[in-house]
Amino acid sequence: MKSDMSTIVKTVTDFLFGFIIIFGIYIIIHGHLTPGGGFQGGAVVASGFALLFVAFARTFLDKKPQQLYGLFESVGLLIFISLAFLGIYRTFFYNFLANSGGLFGMKITQGINPGYFNTAGVVPLMNMAVGFEVACGLSLIVYLLYRGVIEEGEDGE
Amino acid sequence: MLNWVEFVTLLIIVVAAYFSIRVSNLLFAVVALAALSLLLSLEFYLLKAPDVAIAEAGIGAGLTTAIYVLAIYQIEKRDKKK
Repeated sequence: MKSDMSTIVKTVTDFLFGFIIIFGIYIIIHGHLTPGGGFQGGAVVASGFALLFVAFARTFLDKKPQQLYGLFESVGLLIFISLAFLGIYRTFFYNFLANSGGLFGMKITQGINPGYFNTAGVVPLMNMAVGFEVACGLSLIVYLLYRGVIEEGEDGE
Repeated sequence: MLNWVEFVTLLIIVVAAYFSIRVSNLLFAVVALAALSLLLSLEFYLLKAPDVAIAEAGIGAGLTTAIYVLAIYQIEKRDKKK
């Protein structure tokens, strides 16, 4: 079992992995304009990583990336709660970047508009933090399950 | 026209749900559950909730299927060992 999948699966994974990751990142960073947000984009990225684990089992199970995934998951959550605490001079989760003119702080025009990317203040940053956290957490779950299955199989044989 | 599409989607969802409960082959049941999730996400999209549709397609049809298949593989291996 501890081997890579067939050539067809590997080729398709090589082709599709980049598109899946780019689509997930698109959902994450456009979370304040289009449907989807941090959680949905993170789930899409994690499903791409699950495909990678299944197709290239031998390469990835030897690298043991669970420490890295755990670290990134914690870092995403810390960024989220830090951004929430940075607005504590008004209230918890205060949107201190909106309409400030700086990062994601463009003033929103009144009326119907196509939706500008450089708006919404702290919301896109929180979307990115949540997306990072969800992608790493779900990838960690799938990775540990897959490794557990394979290691138990090796003990029995 | 849209009502017809929604009706067919809901009908296939019910059929897939019946199969996922009644079938004795576990792998077939998981595939039926994945098909149910995918059609449910289509139904969410038709009901103008694309946000939920993306979450349903990513989690329901993608990740839970992988987790179920891994769990079934593990269980069958343990049964063979005994």
